[in-house]
Amino acid sequence: MMTVAALRAKDYKSDIKPVWCPGCGDFAVLSALTKALAHLELPKERAALISGIGCSSRLPAYINAYGFHGVHGRALAAASGLKAARPDLTVLAVGGDGDGFSIGGNHFLHACRRNMDMTYIVMDNEVYGMTKGQASPTTGPDWMDSKMTPHGPGVRRFQPAAIALAAGAGFIARGFSGDPSGLTRILAAAIEYPGFAFVQVLSPCPTFRPDHRDWKEQVHGLEAEPTGNAVEAARILQADDGMTTGILYAEELPVWQPRNQASASITEIEEEFRL
Amino acid sequence: MNSDSSSARALSVAITGSGGSGAVTAGLILLEAAARAGCYGLLTRSSGPQIRGGESAAMVRFGMQPLGCMGDRFDLLVGLDWLNVNRFADEIPLDGEGVILFDPGVGAVPPALAGSGARQVPLPLKEQAAAIDGGRLNMVALGAVGAICGLPREALAAGVERVLADKGGGVLKASLACVAAGYGLAPEPFAALPAPAGGTDGRWNIGGNEACGVGALRGGVRFVAAYPITPASEMLEWLAPRLEQVGGSLLQAEDELASINMIIGASFGGVPSLTATSGPGLSLMLEGLGLAVASEIPAVVVNVMRGGPSTGIPTKSEQSDLNIALHGMHGDAPHLVLAPLSIRDCVFTTQWAVELAEHLQTVALVLSDQSLGQSRVITEAPVRTPAPLARRVEEEPEDDYRRYALTADGISPMTLPGIPGGIYTADGLEHNERGTPSSQAADHQAQLDKRLRKLEAFDYGPAWAEQHGAGPLAIVTWGSTAGAVLEAAGRLEAGGVPVRVIALRLLAPLRRAALAEALGGAESVWVVEQNHGAQLFRYLHAEQALPAGARSLARPGPLPLRPGEIVDAVTATT
Repeated sequence: MMTVAALRAKDYKSDIKPVWCPGCGDFAVLSALTKALAHLELPKERAALISGIGCSSRLPAYINAYGFHGVHGRALAAASGLKAARPDLTVLAVGGDGDGFSIGGNHFLHACRRNMDMTYIVMDNEVYGMTKGQASPTTGPDWMDSKMTPHGPGVRRFQPAAIALAAGAGFIARGFSGDPSGLTRILAAAIEYPGFAFVQVLSPCPTFRPDHRDWKEQVHGLEAEPTGNAVEAARILQADDGMTTGILYAEELPVWQPRNQASASITEIEEEFRL
Repeated sequence: MNSDSSSARALSVAITGSGGSGAVTAGLILLEAAARAGCYGLLTRSSGPQIRGGESAAMVRFGMQPLGCMGDRFDLLVGLDWLNVNRFADEIPLDGEGVILFDPGVGAVPPALAGSGARQVPLPLKEQAAAIDGGRLNMVALGAVGAICGLPREALAAGVERVLADKGGGVLKASLACVAAGYGLAPEPFAALPAPAGGTDGRWNIGGNEACGVGALRGGVRFVAAYPITPASEMLEWLAPRLEQVGGSLLQAEDELASINMIIGASFGGVPSLTATSGPGLSLMLEGLGLAVASEIPAVVVNVMRGGPSTGIPTKSEQSDLNIALHGMHGDAPHLVLAPLSIRDCVFTTQWAVELAEHLQTVALVLSDQSLGQSRVITEAPVRTPAPLARRVEEEPEDDYRRYALTADGISPMTLPGIPGGIYTADGLEHNERGTPSSQAADHQAQLDKRLRKLEAFDYGPAWAEQHGAGPLAIVTWGSTAGAVLEAAGRLEAGGVPVRVIALRLLAPLRRAALAEALGGAESVWVVEQNHGAQLFRYLHAEQALPAGARSLARPGPLPLRPGEIVDAVTATT
């Protein structure tokens, strides 16, 4: 239902000022997302952005669309319920690495395998920012800058893309906030993908991870066409240094959707109880 | 042989056996047969923890009046075999008036039962079953039970055909032959039941979990997300295909954290939504429930209580989740807590909970329990209540739309995704009228006031409680225990003790003024409930809703409170 003509990116921006620190990668993600929505000519009120808790989970309020800022780790659950009940909406879940991969890790696995038609954007800054700098699942094992893990977390990194593949996701991509036009293209493709589209966005935290300044040099684009072959994708992801951007895997898979079709009245259903 | 009460003339039959012996199937048929014969009835079941092969017991009580609880004692026990039957000895009280029906071929009556003094009636059940191709002992026993209880052959046959309808012609034929053979074996009937007076037109045979499902559909629920848990799963299994038939759906979630957040997401989208669980699941859902309260998104949870804490006693009943339902959420989180007062009332109370949650944009917890959920009743069809309360949806928001506007009644018009001009972000963070996060004192105060006001100012009408009688002796109860309390009240009245019963359906917000009025002039007040901690009694005291000197009869599960126990307690000191 395209009732709105030629919306521009700024039309998708709300008038609420973000709580993010200067230089936060999430500003660029917000900007790229509004451009992707404008590119897709999506009416504002037909989109719903669902989030949990954390710096990046504040994003829905900054977008001029329906938003839901829930509890920590449960963005995908709320988004799945909304999509199941309202398949007509374009549903996006957004959040951070702690929200999505630690407290919400179970929902991540099951959202991948359930494959509902929605988009999940994780702004990965390898740190808990809102609680002032603790290690997240994607933090390296020897990162020593948190008082909570003074010897470093000592735990191998969570591999979001590889785990998404193993869990059955059909669209897996990685973007970089420092490459806004590339990120916009990826986000638009993810939203258009008919199924669960997972986008990990490398989104630096200048406050607690100043070492992310190096990301600009480390990030590199995928030097191949997106594969639809899961074995090939697994090979790429196993060899990956975690800094490869682009669409890493895209294959259309059966989508979970409600099979509702009104065929009986409640009175008819209640007949089964009559003696 | 006497029935267990003059005021509620009824027969109580227990059928026990090990897994696969068909005790529950025989009980289901007996209930249906009694209903066909014009009786009201109630079936409860008890089972061990085994997945398959465990012992089980079906307890059926039937009579001329609607039944809300099991009696104090059993008239007849049928042992299909005696494996592990000792585990049921305390759930099936027998006495010298009772009868034990059994086949000596499966062994002598165990001492735990024989010690009751009940008359032992040996019958060649096994032999009869063996003589029929595909014959089974439970069906022969059922025939004998039917004859002893004075049920017509045709009613038994109709019961077999209804309950075994899906089993195929061979099973049906063998079962009918077994029932006929058993019928012929029986000694003299007890003849305790008078001939049924009225017809059975319009009566239902329904389980409590199904009844909550019916209430959910009637209330408009069209989305359910849930995680399997005993003893709530039957509600979900019943709802799954039927939601699809009315244009809705059920999603099996990965855990209860997901299911509560899924229904909140769906309800944010405008679709009335519900989940069902039991204590452990409710514990996991609390954070989500607080989110629904704060963001003012309607959400309904039917909590089918079982013995707790922790994993507790999953297969048996207890009313011990009142505290968590009332007080489990962090912060000041006013919400609704309701409890159905019978299996039949599961329909009304669940529907009402959905309508209240939708209209008041809040959380409604419905405290059912195993003794309602996994039992079946023969009852008058639950009346369809008209004019449902609906959600206040703002279809054409003005330019200055404020999702959390401070209205007089505390209910703010809600927009839904898809409505142009109504865009907002629902938030569990404290917020201002527009929904923008705010940590300012004035916004917090105003929104807390609003969320409380909408619940306190609403007129809930007379449905907050079921009230009976007007005596100086008052009994306050809630939920499933109401059945035993009402039967106890009937006996007290028959014995010349006037009594009033106040069975609370709406536990929060507590209708203090109405309760005070209902208790007016009472000389003696008892609070009766099935938990160890006297949770309702303490709650009512905390709310200053009880007179000094009020007394508590609180006993944990899994044994149900029996009417005689209540009569004894309230008459011992009055």
